[in-house]
Amino acid sequence: MLEIRDLAKSFGSFAALGPMSFTLDREHVLTVIGPSGCGKSTLLRLVAGLETATRGDIRLDGTPVDGPRSEIGVAFQDPRLMPWLDVRRNVGLGLWRWPAAERAAAVDAALAKVSLTGFADALPKQLSGGMAQRVGLARALVGRPRLLLLDEPFAALDPLTRMRMQDHLLDIVGGEVPNVLLITHDIEEAIVLSDRIIVLDGPPARIRRDVVVDLPKPRKRTSAAFQEIKEFLLGELFPADGRLAA
Amino acid sequence: MTDIVTDAGASLAAGRGRGGFRLRLPRGVLPHGWRALALPLAVLAAWQAVGALGWTDATLLPTPLAVLGELVRLATSGELLSNLAVSFRRVMLGFAAGTLVATALGALTGYSLQWRAYLDPSVHALRTIPGLAWIPMFILWLGIDEGSKIALIALANFFPTYLNFMSGIARVDRKLIEVGRVNGLAGARLVGTILLPYSLPFLFVGLRQSMGVAWLVVVGAELMGASSGIGYMLMDGEMTGRPHLVMACMIVFALSGKSTDMILAAISRRVLRWQDTVEKD
Repeated sequence: MLEIRDLAKSFGSFAALGPMSFTLDREHVLTVIGPSGCGKSTLLRLVAGLETATRGDIRLDGTPVDGPRSEIGVAFQDPRLMPWLDVRRNVGLGLWRWPAAERAAAVDAALAKVSLTGFADALPKQLSGGMAQRVGLARALVGRPRLLLLDEPFAALDPLTRMRMQDHLLDIVGGEVPNVLLITHDIEEAIVLSDRIIVLDGPPARIRRDVVVDLPKPRKRTSAAFQEIKEFLLGELFPADGRLAA
Repeated sequence: MTDIVTDAGASLAAGRGRGGFRLRLPRGVLPHGWRALALPLAVLAAWQAVGALGWTDATLLPTPLAVLGELVRLATSGELLSNLAVSFRRVMLGFAAGTLVATALGALTGYSLQWRAYLDPSVHALRTIPGLAWIPMFILWLGIDEGSKIALIALANFFPTYLNFMSGIARVDRKLIEVGRVNGLAGARLVGTILLPYSLPFLFVGLRQSMGVAWLVVVGAELMGASSGIGYMLMDGEMTGRPHLVMACMIVFALSGKSTDMILAAISRRVLRWQDTVEKD
């Protein structure tokens, strides 16, 4: 269970986020959506332990998050692979405490999940953008995290690859990862994947709406219910009073 | 706008036509790889011809064949090898010492802003002293023998490696450091896994510059007083009026510098084969 309580973050005199509170427990995928620059990435960086909160606290299963934790896997907007390490070593980067045999097995399993079994010995320069992003996803998953953080993981991909990755993400993540926190500005991506969507505005980032998406998965982008939620979220992101939500 | 484009296109086409002025060599006379040799070979041939005809004074400008003959004589007598070994040893010891100190200090100042604030300005201040200006002090402190020569080479070697390595480490991508942090890397493990590999390309640039400087400085060190080494032979050639010996030594220096650089380049290509560059090996 991820608990966020009265969380606030300022950079100098600039208030970037909060205060905000929410809890992620039963829902598998919680998506935080908001216009770019609203502070949603700051939220992810706080939960990842890459930034320290100015106020409030973040707890994962009751333990405060005050730095990077092995129970939290992170996939960034760009793959961020080490160009000097082959795919196998990139994926196993965080498993240096593990015995070699277990590490190899975990890396192989993670690569199989993202359909890159044959590419373990490839260098990042030999991969396409979509493949590199899948390596980044495998790296985030390989340590069997309790919580997976995804920071606009498909934003840099071409539309076709992006759609395919969105459709496959839930199969890849599977039931092994109890909770996924996805940050995105892509409304369709949010509806395809999420059990619950939090709409932010800002800065400072504040919760504008908290919506439960109760549609069966896999979801069809063309269904009437899908379109209805999309209209609603668009209205929330771009309110009719003409003011930009951010 | 379209008019201008059309006009420019037309005038370009005219320039390319029969009437236009052309500065173009005929194609296909020499295979591509040999074209670089055309100019030097032509100069050498002309030079040899001029010398053979007796138009130049052989005590001032020996012919290419005389220089080549001197090289062969030095090589067969063993003189070349023994002196080259001495120079090579000086270069390598100086290079090793300079590199060792430069990488240690560069890693420290590149990684830590604190250490950089304390050390880096002093290093830059020292760098403004020309390397060869140290010669008298080094002789005074370390004597006329090997010590002062190796120290001079080490000192000159230090700066390129230090500066490049430091900036490499200082410029490490923050995003990759974050990946290291969320994957539990810290301290020495973070340095070894991310900082060092990231700065290796910079280090190799520094090493190759340093190696070039080492061959530059060994000449100075050997000219100032030595009883062996290629620089000594060069000095000897000047004192005894043997320009063919001087020129032979110049060629030996050129070949030595080029070969050590090629070795470093080959190592660097191998170590940095992960780099995504257009350069192919």
